[in-house]
Amino acid sequence: MRAAPAAPAAAKTVSPRRPGRPRVLARALPVAPAVILLLLFLAGPIAYCAYIAFTDLQLTGQAHSSFVGFENFRAAFKDEAFLNAVWLTLVFTVLSSLVGQNTLGLALAALMQRASKPVRTLVGGIVITAWVLPEVVAGFLLYAFFRREGTLNAILDWLHLPTQNWLFTLPILAVSFANVWRGTAFSMLVYSAALNEIPKEITEAAEVDGAGGWRRMWHITLPMIRRSIATNLMLNTLQTLSVFGLIWVMTRGGPGNRSQTLPLFMYEQAFQKSMIGYGTAVALLLLVVGALFSVVYMRLLRTEV
Amino acid sequence: MPVRPTATPLLLATLLTATALSACGSGSGSSPDTVKISFKQSTDNSIRVMDTYLGQMKKEFEKANPGKKVELVPIKAPDSEYYTKLQQMLRSPKTAPDLVYEDTFLINSDITSGYLKPLDAYLDKWPDWNQFIDTAKSAAKAQDGKTYGVPDGTDTRGLWFDKGVFQKAGLPADWQPKSWDDVLSAARTIKRKVPGVTPLNVYTGKPAGEAATMQGFEMLLYGTGDGKTDPMYDTAAKKWVAGSQAFKDALTFVETVYKEKLGPDVSDALDPNFPTTVRGELLPKGKLGINLDGSWLPQDWQKGAGHEWPEWSQKLGLAYMPTQHGQAPGKVSMSGGWTWAIPSKAGNPDLAFKFVETMQTKANAQKWYIANSGIAVRKDVASDPAYVQAQPGIKFFTDLVASTHYRPAYPAYPKVSTAVQEAMEGVTTGDSSVDKAASGYDEELKTATDGQVVRK
Repeated sequence: MRAAPAAPAAAKTVSPRRPGRPRVLARALPVAPAVILLLLFLAGPIAYCAYIAFTDLQLTGQAHSSFVGFENFRAAFKDEAFLNAVWLTLVFTVLSSLVGQNTLGLALAALMQRASKPVRTLVGGIVITAWVLPEVVAGFLLYAFFRREGTLNAILDWLHLPTQNWLFTLPILAVSFANVWRGTAFSMLVYSAALNEIPKEITEAAEVDGAGGWRRMWHITLPMIRRSIATNLMLNTLQTLSVFGLIWVMTRGGPGNRSQTLPLFMYEQAFQKSMIGYGTAVALLLLVVGALFSVVYMRLLRTEV
Repeated sequence: MPVRPTATPLLLATLLTATALSACGSGSGSSPDTVKISFKQSTDNSIRVMDTYLGQMKKEFEKANPGKKVELVPIKAPDSEYYTKLQQMLRSPKTAPDLVYEDTFLINSDITSGYLKPLDAYLDKWPDWNQFIDTAKSAAKAQDGKTYGVPDGTDTRGLWFDKGVFQKAGLPADWQPKSWDDVLSAARTIKRKVPGVTPLNVYTGKPAGEAATMQGFEMLLYGTGDGKTDPMYDTAAKKWVAGSQAFKDALTFVETVYKEKLGPDVSDALDPNFPTTVRGELLPKGKLGINLDGSWLPQDWQKGAGHEWPEWSQKLGLAYMPTQHGQAPGKVSMSGGWTWAIPSKAGNPDLAFKFVETMQTKANAQKWYIANSGIAVRKDVASDPAYVQAQPGIKFFTDLVASTHYRPAYPAYPKVSTAVQEAMEGVTTGDSSVDKAASGYDEELKTATDGQVVRK
């Protein structure tokens, strides 16, 4: 069965007649306040941001700003620090969102399907606690975990393994791990829901046919939760792309620029170097990165089940 | 069948992410009888020097001006974030306070933005203004010749050293290095003979912000050359200096400190709260040999300041920072300081200036210099024996005013300063060589100053 073409056809048959203009207006009235609020507080600032990105507006040191066209974007692509931030953003997103949160979330969800209720409650509780903690608090916790006199080194020392300053030697790995720790709960919840949707009979039938755990996972479970995977990846990625507080608290993008992802780079340009125009241009580029990821996932979604 | 996500919710999700990135501020209009005053509150909760002082001034002012109220609006943030927050507040009449505490390093930049109000009309009618020394008067003078701030003191910088550590290392208690090499060799001796102690602290990198540039880099840079020409900014050509050997020499010093592990652990040095750690922990606990730092340190150690440490004057020695090879004038210091300024969008500028007058009576100014270990910029206070004897060290740092340098605090300076910090951070972490960091600075300098650069 092909799912994609079916949807528009169904939509067409649902609305057989066009209502008159007054009725449309009357129906629109109740949603008008919401629409106005959205325009005012959502679309407004975004439009303003988009405008600023094409100016040389500064926070200080300038009496008047002027329109500079694509200059900010040109500058960004010539800026080594920007390219470094793009690269680190990709590393951070792939490591922590695609590989970490996603896989770990799925694994936890799958394991918990089989686990007894107390185990499920306990594991779920712990994972979700990490998730509900405010970003900054989580950042401080993981800072305490990774720092030179931190928990991780204490454990390693106890095991007679070599210790090091993780936030200094492997900052991008450390913050990626922090993001995995914090964000896995979301994937776990999404996948738990998806796994519960799989009809028992199918799994049982496969079991009767002699399919082992891995085969069932690969041939039944994964194809059946494909849509959830894509949705989850998409939401995870968008969330991860905008992670700021966690990295800010743990490393401030340092040492050097070694954990400076795009949001931190943007903050530095806009607020520390006062270049609001340039920073906003970077923010728009960050949106583009997010959109690109989204397109990839939407392609993934379109493949047939 | 589950509903297929369409483009609309995706777009919304993306947009929501975008709005989450933009912050919003709030504020209220001001009442004609209330002066709102914004100042920088220490990130260290136990330090309340300024809060206490302003609290007293508020009481005094409200008593002398019945019906008027003072509202203190503390901004609790590290330096660099304080400026950002302030600039955002200054942009709108809704959020602009009536009086702000401005670092001289940023004041020209904020003046150019039109954030501040010229004070000449007030100063002309204010007899106390004649008591201010000339360099201080020019600290907040803009390129348009008008004055935008009333300085509440200045500062100088030098080397603080731990006499106990020096004794263990076999170094003299009246130590006075004659050149950079002397400083480094003392640090090497400490490293060799006193384990567990950080030999030498030089602030570095972006997290330390202006502390890295001024206490760290510029204390070195201005000690190169003849001490008369500005190594950062060519005043005659009105251009910033790029590609100088002096710049590389100063960077090399920083590189040496961190490469040879004479300085703090790099990860500590790049911790944004490190300056607080130095004052609150390392020095009082005798864990730091030599500290290149400012005159204001004792404010944290005074009675009621949080890290009470009255014995500091017996435990610590003071030495001036020598020039590179010991060439004339032999010592180097940098000066800056903070000023009280009135935002152009302030609702009650007249009342705000009245508050400045309250803070700057001779008695109150003196109280403040002593409380925050500031260096007096008023002649009447500087010559008052009560001030000179109020605290050990005041004489040492006040004497340095004669050989001090001021930063080229032009509008581009804050960006130039960040470029310096980046270069420092590069050599501190070992990510870049001195040459690479220096050429990175030259590039940044061009962008930051719109190409107003001269190669030397």
